[in-house]
Amino acid sequence: MSGTIIKISGPTVVARGMEQTRMFNRVAVGKTGLLGEVIRLRGGEATIQVYEDTTGLTLGEEVADAGEPLQAELGPGLLGSIFDGVQRPLNVMAAQQGDWIARGLTLPALSRERRWTFTPTIRPGTAVVGGMSVGITQETVKVEHRILVPPGLSGTVREILEGTFTINEPIAWLDGDRSLTMLQRWPVRSPRPVAERLPPVVPIITGQRVLDMLFPIASGGTVIVPGGFGTGKTVVEQALAKYAQTDIIIYIGCGERGNEMTEVLTEFPHLKDPTTGLPLMARTVLVINTSNMPVAARETSIYTGITMAEYYRDMGYAVALMADSTSRWAEATREISARLEEMPGEEGYPTYLATKLAGFYERGGRVRCLGQTDRQGSVTIVSAISPPGGDFSEPVTQSSMQVAGGLWALDSDLAHRRHYPAINWKRSFSLYTTLLDSWFQTQVAPDWPQLRSELAALLQKEEELQEIVQLVGVDALQDQERIVLEVSRLIREEYLRQSAFSEIDAACPLAKQYWMLKAQLEFLRYCQGLIKMGRPIEQLIASPFKTELERMKETLPDTCVQQAQTMVEKMEQELGGVKRET
Amino acid sequence: MKDLITREYQTVTGIAGPLLFVEKLKKASLGEMVEILLATGESRRGQVIELSEQHTVIQVLEETTGLGVTGTRVRLTESAAMMDLSPDLLGRRFNGAAVPIDGLPPIIPDTRMDIIGQPMNPVARDKPSYFIQTGISTIDGLNTLVRGQKLPIFSGAGLPAKELAAQILRQAMVREEHGTGQQAFAIVFAAMGITFREASFFLGEFERGGVMEHAVVFLNLADDPTIERLLTPRYALTAAEYLAFTLGRHVLVILTDMAAYCEALRQIATAREEIPGRRGYPGYMYSDLASIYERAGRIKGRAGSITQLPIVTMPDDDITHPIPDLTGYITEGQIVLSRELHRKGIFPPIDVLPCLSRLMNLGIGPGKTRDDHRAVADQLYAFYAHGRDIRRLAAIVGEDGLNDSDKRFLKLAQDFEQEFVNQGAHNREIEETLNLGWQFLRYLPKEQLTRVKPELIERYYGA
Ligand SMILES: Nc1ncnc2c1ncn2[C@@H]1O[C@H](COP(=O)(O)OP(=O)(O)OP(=O)(O)O)[C@@H](O)[C@H]1O
Ligand SMILES: [Mg+2]
Repeated sequence: MSGTIIKISGPTVVARGMEQTRMFNRVAVGKTGLLGEVIRLRGGEATIQVYEDTTGLTLGEEVADAGEPLQAELGPGLLGSIFDGVQRPLNVMAAQQGDWIARGLTLPALSRERRWTFTPTIRPGTAVVGGMSVGITQETVKVEHRILVPPGLSGTVREILEGTFTINEPIAWLDGDRSLTMLQRWPVRSPRPVAERLPPVVPIITGQRVLDMLFPIASGGTVIVPGGFGTGKTVVEQALAKYAQTDIIIYIGCGERGNEMTEVLTEFPHLKDPTTGLPLMARTVLVINTSNMPVAARETSIYTGITMAEYYRDMGYAVALMADSTSRWAEATREISARLEEMPGEEGYPTYLATKLAGFYERGGRVRCLGQTDRQGSVTIVSAISPPGGDFSEPVTQSSMQVAGGLWALDSDLAHRRHYPAINWKRSFSLYTTLLDSWFQTQVAPDWPQLRSELAALLQKEEELQEIVQLVGVDALQDQERIVLEVSRLIREEYLRQSAFSEIDAACPLAKQYWMLKAQLEFLRYCQGLIKMGRPIEQLIASPFKTELERMKETLPDTCVQQAQTMVEKMEQELGGVKRET
Repeated sequence: MKDLITREYQTVTGIAGPLLFVEKLKKASLGEMVEILLATGESRRGQVIELSEQHTVIQVLEETTGLGVTGTRVRLTESAAMMDLSPDLLGRRFNGAAVPIDGLPPIIPDTRMDIIGQPMNPVARDKPSYFIQTGISTIDGLNTLVRGQKLPIFSGAGLPAKELAAQILRQAMVREEHGTGQQAFAIVFAAMGITFREASFFLGEFERGGVMEHAVVFLNLADDPTIERLLTPRYALTAAEYLAFTLGRHVLVILTDMAAYCEALRQIATAREEIPGRRGYPGYMYSDLASIYERAGRIKGRAGSITQLPIVTMPDDDITHPIPDLTGYITEGQIVLSRELHRKGIFPPIDVLPCLSRLMNLGIGPGKTRDDHRAVADQLYAFYAHGRDIRRLAAIVGEDGLNDSDKRFLKLAQDFEQEFVNQGAHNREIEETLNLGWQFLRYLPKEQLTRVKPELIERYYGA
């Protein structure tokens, strides 16, 4: 079935004679067979967004309908792969085409030659439904890939094999002769079904103090990271991809830089998973559609990514999806909407922008898995947003903020001072803090929530004092107030600031996070106590405790915890002693 | 051979701004170059940018003066915009559409390439990692440039961006030749909408520096056709790619002024009655700029590299204007010039706070520059930013309201601008820059250098 091109405008093409096609069907456009997708139908005229550069197309060329929507391939071999926005494996493309991306190449996402050892986990005669696993294969050293019955399918297993197979070979048959393979397909724009949605209860530990302590993210939660250029969105996303304690990472470089992805590609294979010590790539899928790659494929990259995330969620894994940047996806949507001459909304974005964004974020969450109700999985979304001029009042930030459970607001002023991560603690929030309190209390320390409140209060107090200083100078302050300024500065510098490039401090375990802050807050109490008893503030500022606190973050976690514990004890003793004296 | 007659059309139905609407031009392909023949026998160049059964839209790359719906013929060339390439490019001067303007014959091509280029496969890219010494302390010390990076200069009207760019070129060449034994950089210079005076300044610099033989120059000046400007950077980058990835040269590309390029983009968008994005610029400006800026980098297994130094004039000195804003979102950092420093007579007037080099870490450290490089940069940033806060405070409470520590920071900020930033035409080796940095760190007691490891303080701070 095929039509004829009657209009070409940038990445969109209109074809006539397409009566038989369906919305979102995949098509091959022109002599070179460029990959496209039907995005509007009017009578027999189909508007097609083309995933490759349309230069050189002419009117009258053919458009061939594949008769099915654009689907992601799901099966073993995803982990460790690097795909473009429409799930073409970039490594294979480079091997076949060389250093530049040529057009018109259709490639399967997953290898058809590679063989996987399949071990059944059910017996013939078992009744299965969509989502149930029928067996496993070890996909990487880290991840056991559970082979699931595709959603919507059910029956009784007539026969099931054991051995090594390619993803195309049947590994089981249901009654009625329907066969199962290790490969399934799923239309990327439709969410995969779940049994039940659950509220989040467990955090994802990021290793970033400002995040874990002040603005924690829940497994299955959604956090947005807006910030002007150069404020640190990508560094945050990459830090999470490296250090977040989670089973699977899907990293989407959506409309961003090539060199940035090169860093990921050269670095990740040498990095170790923080929980297991296994190679990081063994839990990671990369989707890369850089800013100069076709814009329609950029639009799709987000869906390709989240579909893979849902697939691993359905196996019962905790998946974290990093999207850098969702704004570039929204802009791709805008560009295509403009070509369709749709009525524009705010800043030229289509009026359905908010709905589309919400639809994407809604695919995150913690769930009880389909077909296997004892199994839980989650998709956590961390979405970078690039507001024009760094101004958060723009549509993408605003619409995202309405559905996100957390906001990590990046701040140019902090970034200019090289205070990284440049997370503005006044503007940021997490709706998950109270939900997660009991987890932190049982897993780290009962007074974790209390430390957090104290820290927040201290930063607030500092701000008030700074306002006074700005008006009348620091000499107008009492010593009790000056010490608050001193210690909050210390905490900003030594606790909240955390360099992603530090060998020791790039990721900070929870115990270290807790004890560092504990010692710092204890130091404030200690100073306040001594000042009350007449000790001059200069002496306290020169205290060896302070010097020790200033070097703490570059200390190995275990040493640091010990050091902090000892320090807290000493300060308590000393303060108690002085109190008795007077 | 195709019969040319069948490829000529007289069906022009309308002209709007730089656009020509032609009926029944069905054989054309998207991006195809066309010749527009006037009744007078004159010919102008155009490019197909949209095709439909009703009409074909052509953007005219030259003036539309004299074009009419009658008497104008459009001839298809059956070719996208291509460029002739050979090693003889070096030392040559072209207009904005790659036509020689130096009186020498056209290039005899070794090869021809499509100027739109194709996106580099991200997995084929190689990580930039070689330090380029520009001899400018605020860049080398604090915002290091590496080979394969794209690092724009954000300037304002009347600020000395071109002097800075010229100095970087001159000094980068020196270190490359004598310092590392590498072959000198090849320079690709693309002028878009700049004045004759500005262009002559650069050419004069190339002559004086004796680098003209390593340079390829493309000139689309302020009085040249605006729309041609859309192709100029693409010709330039095609030449750069050829030099870098076919001939194995390290190439420095200067694109100036990207603001003029963006204006041309806006003109086309307005003529097409497109729905504008922010401040009247087209919604696809990000993608369009990316298709230029992303043509920088290195490729695994190939010798050369492309480093881009675009110059972007910020309208109204406004860094949030879409032109610098979208640029900053694509490039790997930015060097920002400040009117305030310029007024104080500081050269180069680089305001280091909003500057950034995202690839800095790849090019510095032991074996590349020095082990204290990162720490010196971080600490100087922290101190100088604090000094600027104190300066603001002093403006309110007066200097007498400051305590001793504040006064030190105030002086540090002052002296840092006058000595570290204000280096004039002097070419500083990286070691000199770092040592100078320590001089400012010593304004404060050792204990306050919390961003520097004790070992480094031990080694460099002195007694
Ligand atoms: N946590 C951090 N530790 C150290 N340096 C950081 C950190 N975060 C950001 N930086 C510095 O800031 C630079 C810019 O960060 P990044 O590339 O993440 O910005 P971005 O917000 O993604 O910008 P863009 O929107 O332009 O992509 C980095 O190259 C790095 O030098
Ligand atoms: Mg980024």
